[in-house]
Amino acid sequence: MMIDIRNITKSYTMGKETTEVLHGLTFGVEKGEFVAITGPSGSGKSTLMHIIGALDQPTSGTYLLDGEDVSALPADELAKIRRSKIGFVFQSFHLLARATVLRNVELPLVYADVPHAERERRARKALEEAGLDESRFMHQSNQLSGGQMQRVAIARALVNNPAIILADEPTGNLDSKTGDVVLETFQRLHREGRTIVLITHEGYVAEHADRVIVIRDGVIIEDRKSAKGYVKPGKKV
Amino acid sequence: MKLIDLAAEISFGVSSNKVRSGLTMLGIVIGIASVIAMLSIGEGTKAQIESSIQSLGSNLLIVSPGAQRGFGGAASAGRGSSQTLTLEDATAISSVSGIAAVSPEVSKRYQLVASGNNTNVQVMGTTPAYLSTRNVAVDSGTFFDATQVSSRSKVVVIGPTVRDDLFGTGANPIGSTVRINGMDFSIIGVTVAKGGSGFSNQDDMVYIPISTMLTFLSGGTAVSSIDIEAQTADGMTDVQSAVTSLLLERHKIADPTQADFSILNQSDIVSAASSVTGTFTILLASIAGISLLVGGIGIMNMMLTTVTERTREIGLRQAIGAEKGIIVLQFLGESILLTVLGGIIGILLGYGISRLITLLSGTTTVVQWTSVAMAFGVSAGIGLVFGYYPARRAARLNPIEALRYE
Repeated sequence: MMIDIRNITKSYTMGKETTEVLHGLTFGVEKGEFVAITGPSGSGKSTLMHIIGALDQPTSGTYLLDGEDVSALPADELAKIRRSKIGFVFQSFHLLARATVLRNVELPLVYADVPHAERERRARKALEEAGLDESRFMHQSNQLSGGQMQRVAIARALVNNPAIILADEPTGNLDSKTGDVVLETFQRLHREGRTIVLITHEGYVAEHADRVIVIRDGVIIEDRKSAKGYVKPGKKV
Repeated sequence: MKLIDLAAEISFGVSSNKVRSGLTMLGIVIGIASVIAMLSIGEGTKAQIESSIQSLGSNLLIVSPGAQRGFGGAASAGRGSSQTLTLEDATAISSVSGIAAVSPEVSKRYQLVASGNNTNVQVMGTTPAYLSTRNVAVDSGTFFDATQVSSRSKVVVIGPTVRDDLFGTGANPIGSTVRINGMDFSIIGVTVAKGGSGFSNQDDMVYIPISTMLTFLSGGTAVSSIDIEAQTADGMTDVQSAVTSLLLERHKIADPTQADFSILNQSDIVSAASSVTGTFTILLASIAGISLLVGGIGIMNMMLTTVTERTREIGLRQAIGAEKGIIVLQFLGESILLTVLGGIIGILLGYGISRLITLLSGTTTVVQWTSVAMAFGVSAGIGLVFGYYPARRAARLNPIEALRYE
């Protein structure tokens, strides 16, 4: 199992008041699955995303990522987990504006101590996989369109060959047409065997995954197969 | 993370905003340049004063009448306030061991007249030993000899400034006559130009035999000072104490604190002058140091702005696996790169400024390797000190909040 979450809770303390945001969630994600986690704002899906992404830690419960318990690691160990096992795709892309496309994609490998030549080879491969045209590789990332930027971000998530790709509202800053292209890219990556976790508040986006987990008020209220054939009739999947 | 990759990230960070990096660096450039220029002026002045003092003579001890009054007293010896030293004292001192030469001197200002010009100069009555004690050399003609001293000859050796004033620049005055206080003296020599010593101009002086001075001009037997040249620099202290006890005995004084004379050691003058120029140098350098401090604060300000502005970037770097330590190193590296680059430019600029000062004003400037090394070290240190706080702040950012920062 790639993600094995058992009975995790998360509470925040503000002054004297403690608020529990997640109330004992348990679920698993198998290797090669494409899962969407969805729910209205305030449901706790962002908090869950941070825990899955090893950016934050649960207050209680255990989280095994690719067989490794990451629920109580110090900050620097979490950083190592993130660079070896997780590829992030963010809503607002988070590219270094003045750096070239290639440099942006290479960045995770820089922190992982991959030699220079190997970095470039893997970055080019990841960019091809994400579907960006080679003529753009040396462009500065702020010269790209939104869709192209998100492809660069996807390539950056792929480049360290992570256990999971964690996409947080990846279509939120894109028009619907470009958003569809990005979602199709995720579906293609899924067919190629990647494990993908997609966080979104949009039902339409969530239905592109194979499985949908719906969260409301910090508990899982639904965990089902998606209805993508129904949502997009006539579309070849 | 490899060092070369870290260096690449650091230089990328600095070069991302060239205008701002350049302006921030300017603070350090100006600070370092002014420190280098100020120190070079200070060191140059110090070297100049020290060489002037050395030109007074080597291993020189000066015995002056009256109580000790600091090294300023030596400059005004001959004021005539006390007349406790005599020619006999000078003769007695000659027998002290370790002495190379002794020259008593009597000096007073007189009006000199020659070929229709006149000038008011210091007239120095002394002996031929003066050439040795005070490092004086004769340019043309000769100095008076012992025979001329004992025969009270009315001969005079003049300084080059006196020659220029009386006879015109570069004229040959040997054999001419000059009137001192109404008496005719025959010019037998001109001394080599030495330049100002910082205390008196040795070129604007004339020398006559001390016997002639005492008999025809000043009267009496009191001398205004006695110059003693020790054989070695190491022997100066011994000579000084031997001369002190000899004179105390001759003057029948039991308590050394009641001495009616004082002995000034040349090394005392050097160290006194050095301490004056040292203070001067510190003053200049601390003024320049303030601008360096301001530059450092500028670095800190810029780095804090950078950290705030690049919060999202820091969040991303943390999300893709940069440890806190790497974030600290990157931002610390950026501030050190700025200050080191600024320091190098500042050193070059400071060197240029000190050359320019020498060219334009003639003030000697000396750029020492130690001050260059110090400036470089200080600028790197400023980067470290003023960059540390912003770097810590960057590393302490929570990646979740940093990623969300707008």
